[in-house]
Amino acid sequence: MKEKIRVASGQGFWGDLPNAPVDQVNKGPIDYMMMDYLAEVTMSIMQKQKMKDPKLGYAKDLIPLMEAILPTCLQKNIKIVTNGGGVNPESCREAIFDVARKLRIKGLRIGVVQGDNILGCLDTFKKRGIGLDNMETGEKLDTVRNRIVSANVYFGARPIVTALEQGAQIVITGRTTDTALTYAPMIHEFGWSWTDWDKLASGVVAGHILECGGQASGGNFSAGWQTVPDLAHIGFPIAEAHPSGEIVITKHRGTGGMVSVQTVSEQLLYEIGDPTNYITPECIADFTTIRLAQEGVDRVRVSGVMGKPNTGMYKVSMSYSDGYTAVGTLTYAWPDALEKAKKADEILRTRLADQGLNFDEIRTEFVGLNSCHGPIAQMPDVINEVVLRIGVRGRDYESVERFGKEIAPLILVGPPGVTGFAGGRPKPSEVIAYWPALIPKDAVEPEVVVAEV
Amino acid sequence: MKLQLLQIAHARSGDKGDTGNVGLIARKPEFYSLIKKYVTVDAVKRHFDGICLGAVERFELPNLYALNFLLHNALGGGGTVSLKNDAQGKTLSSALLRMKIEISEKEQPNV
Repeated sequence: MKEKIRVASGQGFWGDLPNAPVDQVNKGPIDYMMMDYLAEVTMSIMQKQKMKDPKLGYAKDLIPLMEAILPTCLQKNIKIVTNGGGVNPESCREAIFDVARKLRIKGLRIGVVQGDNILGCLDTFKKRGIGLDNMETGEKLDTVRNRIVSANVYFGARPIVTALEQGAQIVITGRTTDTALTYAPMIHEFGWSWTDWDKLASGVVAGHILECGGQASGGNFSAGWQTVPDLAHIGFPIAEAHPSGEIVITKHRGTGGMVSVQTVSEQLLYEIGDPTNYITPECIADFTTIRLAQEGVDRVRVSGVMGKPNTGMYKVSMSYSDGYTAVGTLTYAWPDALEKAKKADEILRTRLADQGLNFDEIRTEFVGLNSCHGPIAQMPDVINEVVLRIGVRGRDYESVERFGKEIAPLILVGPPGVTGFAGGRPKPSEVIAYWPALIPKDAVEPEVVVAEV
Repeated sequence: MKLQLLQIAHARSGDKGDTGNVGLIARKPEFYSLIKKYVTVDAVKRHFDGICLGAVERFELPNLYALNFLLHNALGGGGTVSLKNDAQGKTLSSALLRMKIEISEKEQPNV
């Protein structure tokens, strides 16, 4: 058994720093690199891309990236674990195989994890008494059933470990918990038992620290952002994992950013609920047991993590079409910038009402004054300029489209001193809403296929 | 005397659906008792009046000298439904750091 393995974070979301994974494989030693591409509604975007072209539906950025890093990864024996397969991991694998052929690479083994897509099984589940009601609001699935766009189970580490056991050098999954991408390699390398709750929970905590990329190594750092060195060359976090479950969070030498107890603490608090019950498919981690210690420059030791048995359920992430929105902005300048923006808002709302348009919501914000902190924001006495931001949401496409036609004329027929309309009329965009649910684990089975080119 | 949380704490916030989460971390371990005592569920609910339309939940993480708050019904529907500029609640963290608490002279921290 290895004394330790280094799992590096390569991407924290679809659209993250393109050079981060390249730096991770080139600027120092790592054994695995995890890359998280999937946010809550990403699957619906990918599902739509696949409906237009059955070969799409995965994170396309992965392909040029693999072309750039694959030779180095193979030379240094760095394995990649990513959920960038989206709703089409098989096509993603084929595209990477094409890259391998182009680079004359032979013997590359790629594992694909599927079975998370349950869009075609919803009616069967209903017949079997699996309701998939909204776990937050308690609403019945029937209220949105005919508008469902995507439905995916969050698998955990098990199928990834299976793929690694079969010699996969790259593992491509569909919907998987973000944390599993990090702790699956630890389970595989150290042979942790599936009931060793504390070790599994340690891996989960490492995964939570890594899953948002540079947010653990100095990005978005509120305790002293001015003190973070060289954010232009930020090094993404790396988890050095030991068989005991102890983890050290660090980053490559010579990169920017920083790893401190404070940067790691902020990431640990990010998007969590009850800290004593951080639920994953494999275990429940108790974040109130985590001990952090600065053991060197850019090195934070994570220890003491305790875990509990898992719940027996998988979380399901579904998305459904829920009407349309459009958002428009206009910039008003001194004098009386805010008063003019308020008047323009009043005029626009009157015109929308005159047309008898149907909206579920019209929201007005004044960017520069209150769009972040709302009523908590302190108002300055005199302002130089303000951005009027008006958004509408509704089921009726024509009404939302008409809003775009009503806001543009304010440039010529509203209060003076207005600019900033270069983008043209705001167009309606479809709202994809999120529907979280739970499903018993025995109702779905992950499929693992390892293939070689 | 009044003390603004910005002086003694840092924070990060994010979203889960229409619920915002704000992690509030004491800048020094010795400040944890102050935030634990004064940044109560009621105080936070009052602070976010007009923003958080639902309940506020608070969880303690003494090991990280931190509190975690859930602000329910605070993101205008959340995700792609929300018309808010800050639909994902990324700035709820600094909004909480604006909060002022009333402490006694004895409790004055060494910031």
